[in-house]
Amino acid sequence: MKSISLYMHVHQPYRLRHYTIFDSGVNHDYFDAPWDNNENNKRVLLKVAEKSYLPTNARLLQLLNKYPEFKLSLSMSGVLLEQLEAWSPEALRSFQELVNTGRVELVAETYHHSLAFFYSRSEFETQVAMHKEIIKRIFNQEPKVFRNTELAYNNELAAWAQDAGYSGILAEGWHQMLGWRSPNYVYRPVGAPNIKLLLKNYRLSDDIAFRFGDHNWSEWPLTADKFVHWLSDDQDAEIFNLFMDYETFGEHQWQESGIFEFLDHLPGYWLADSNHGFMTVSQAADTIEAVGEVDTPNTITWADTERDLSAWLGNAMQQQAISALYALEKPLLELNDWAIIDDWRKLQTSDHFYYMCIKWFNDGDIHAYFSPYDSPYEAYLNFMNAFHDLKSRLLDRGVLV
Amino acid sequence: MKVLMLGWELPPHNSGGLGVACYQLCEELSKNDVDLEFILPYEAEHNINFMKVTAARTDGILEIIKAGNAYDSYRYIYQDGHDEWHNLYEQAEFYEHAVGDMIKGLSFDVVHAHDWLTFRAALKVKALNRNIPIILHVHSIESDRAGGDLGNPLVREIEETAMLAADSVIAVSDLTKQKIVKEYNIPADKIEVIYNSIDRNSLQPSSPDNSYRYLMQLKQNGYKIVSNVGRITIQKGLTNLIHAAQIVCQKLPKTVFLLVGSGDQFNELVGLSAELGVGANVVFAGFQRGKSWRDSFSIADLFVMPSVSEPFGLTPLEAGFYGVPSLVSKQSGVSEVLSNCLVVDFWDVNEMANKIVGVLRSDALHDTLSSEIENELLSLSWEKPAKDVKRLYEKHTQGAEA
Repeated sequence: MKSISLYMHVHQPYRLRHYTIFDSGVNHDYFDAPWDNNENNKRVLLKVAEKSYLPTNARLLQLLNKYPEFKLSLSMSGVLLEQLEAWSPEALRSFQELVNTGRVELVAETYHHSLAFFYSRSEFETQVAMHKEIIKRIFNQEPKVFRNTELAYNNELAAWAQDAGYSGILAEGWHQMLGWRSPNYVYRPVGAPNIKLLLKNYRLSDDIAFRFGDHNWSEWPLTADKFVHWLSDDQDAEIFNLFMDYETFGEHQWQESGIFEFLDHLPGYWLADSNHGFMTVSQAADTIEAVGEVDTPNTITWADTERDLSAWLGNAMQQQAISALYALEKPLLELNDWAIIDDWRKLQTSDHFYYMCIKWFNDGDIHAYFSPYDSPYEAYLNFMNAFHDLKSRLLDRGVLV
Repeated sequence: MKVLMLGWELPPHNSGGLGVACYQLCEELSKNDVDLEFILPYEAEHNINFMKVTAARTDGILEIIKAGNAYDSYRYIYQDGHDEWHNLYEQAEFYEHAVGDMIKGLSFDVVHAHDWLTFRAALKVKALNRNIPIILHVHSIESDRAGGDLGNPLVREIEETAMLAADSVIAVSDLTKQKIVKEYNIPADKIEVIYNSIDRNSLQPSSPDNSYRYLMQLKQNGYKIVSNVGRITIQKGLTNLIHAAQIVCQKLPKTVFLLVGSGDQFNELVGLSAELGVGANVVFAGFQRGKSWRDSFSIADLFVMPSVSEPFGLTPLEAGFYGVPSLVSKQSGVSEVLSNCLVVDFWDVNEMANKIVGVLRSDALHDTLSSEIENELLSLSWEKPAKDVKRLYEKHTQGAEA
């Protein structure tokens, strides 16, 4: 039996508006860009809902109805769910309908899509708990498998997830970590024997997520038929972990690329062989035996050619910004003012640090595509001005920082 | 006395001190019965009634539009409807040809041109009429703007040729005069030093409600603010200021450096301040005018002008007007006229930090510098420089008038 484990990540940050030092200490509306600006979060969300969430969910629901063996997993950040609730109840409902089929599993993560694990364990745990709560409230499901922001993963995180009771954890199947081994099996992390490690097959996943619409790619055009042939021909596999951003469908790969037709046909072609199936991530963790141990002392992620945290924390501006932010943690939490805490957490979202990345010349196009800023320097200054305002609000309340 | 002024910018469309100096000098000259026509490279509203301001425009061109400041590209709209973009160098050539066309119907006694962008036009006038005296006013030379390097050889050639051909050269400081002699071999007796000044009436008083609310808050919590206002470019020596900031913040963590201005070194300095770990202590406010510009001075406990090469440097005088003491580089013309300020070599980062800490730590030093510079400013005006300039005009026109 060979299975596909399709897992898609759904997320939108709260982007900052253009925010200057003259706003710091005066206006606290960092996330409220005017409607006609590209940073307006409602506008972005409605656009993505229209181009991606609604059409993709409609197809996924059809596929779930048509093929009883079809299953998939989703992770949805808390900040995304908030925005859907506020601005696109229609799109939120379409996600609920998917989950109601009983064959869509939700994956645990931090509510704020943050890198808190690397800066504050208690803040990290709070955000995981908040995420669990909103998933329960909106979908009435309890996640069993954990994924960290940007699939940032190491041995320590695996041990934490095991102790927190998760049966599985997701990571990048990076060849430099795996060596000769294949991501198409299930593994155990070093130091965490009771949790299963599910590794993204990045070649196959990126064929869909990144290369699908690339006319210069030798395999273009990629059809579901061809893709299923590749998988069928691979004798050396138990599971194909296809992990990608949900927005691949309709947003990163536009409708004109044929990405929806690919999705429409993939389950049918795959299931034509009775020896083929689909699994959610927890099913894979529960039913597939681990073939070995994987040691990951250094953090790996699913981004860039380095597969490390350098896209978020690689340069001095990023490090300065994030450490300044987490330095506020103690006094800020002690104040117990929800509005301030909420803004602080929204600033923790990894996207803000991603916009400050200066590795433009290698991975540049992808960074530039996702950034609302003209340059990483602008991104840093804008963020720091918002940080200054948080600090100002603490000073207003008599907290010395 | 009729004078044709050739200049590149005037407030409120200026990007820095050059426009301010031209404006205030011309205003004072007009009070001394000098009849001025000022030719600019662009068209804009200036609301000036003491002289005639015209745009350099040749036949066939309908409109010239500045894209950003006076040193960015310009958009030319032609009468036949098409438009073209021209860079600064092309623009200087267009300006030269336009001035050559325009003077045909004009009569005047002297041509007074400000900085290299207008020097070719001044030479053009000389070529058309050898009897008109040409006075070149040097607010900066290419090596100043290049921050210590020689700079663009094409620009240097224009400066050298024009100054050799000119009847007189005005330098805004002795520092500048010495550089002109040394770099271009211009005879020293042809160069007159006439210092810039400040028109205190042009400055509005600061108001207590400062626009930097966050920085005010920090001040109430014991923070000190060090500010700089100016273009963010290599000439201004801000790299050294950021390095000094790192040392200062080790001694006095409650210090914020406020950098107000825009320019080509912006990204570099933003990155550098983060690299040095003072990202939260260095605030970039961008280019400011009006109230927020005044507030950028008045909020400061100390103003620092660390320029690598500053022919004059008006900002310490402006800071003084707002009661703020200054630390200026020895490589600035203003340090020749201002007594009540601290000076430092632009490259001496440790000493720069030392002096910054000194002022921030000592109220006595701060208050003395602040009150003394305010007194000193009372004696400064454009009256004397304008009289000196007029005397120079007269020296060259005596023969013509006789």
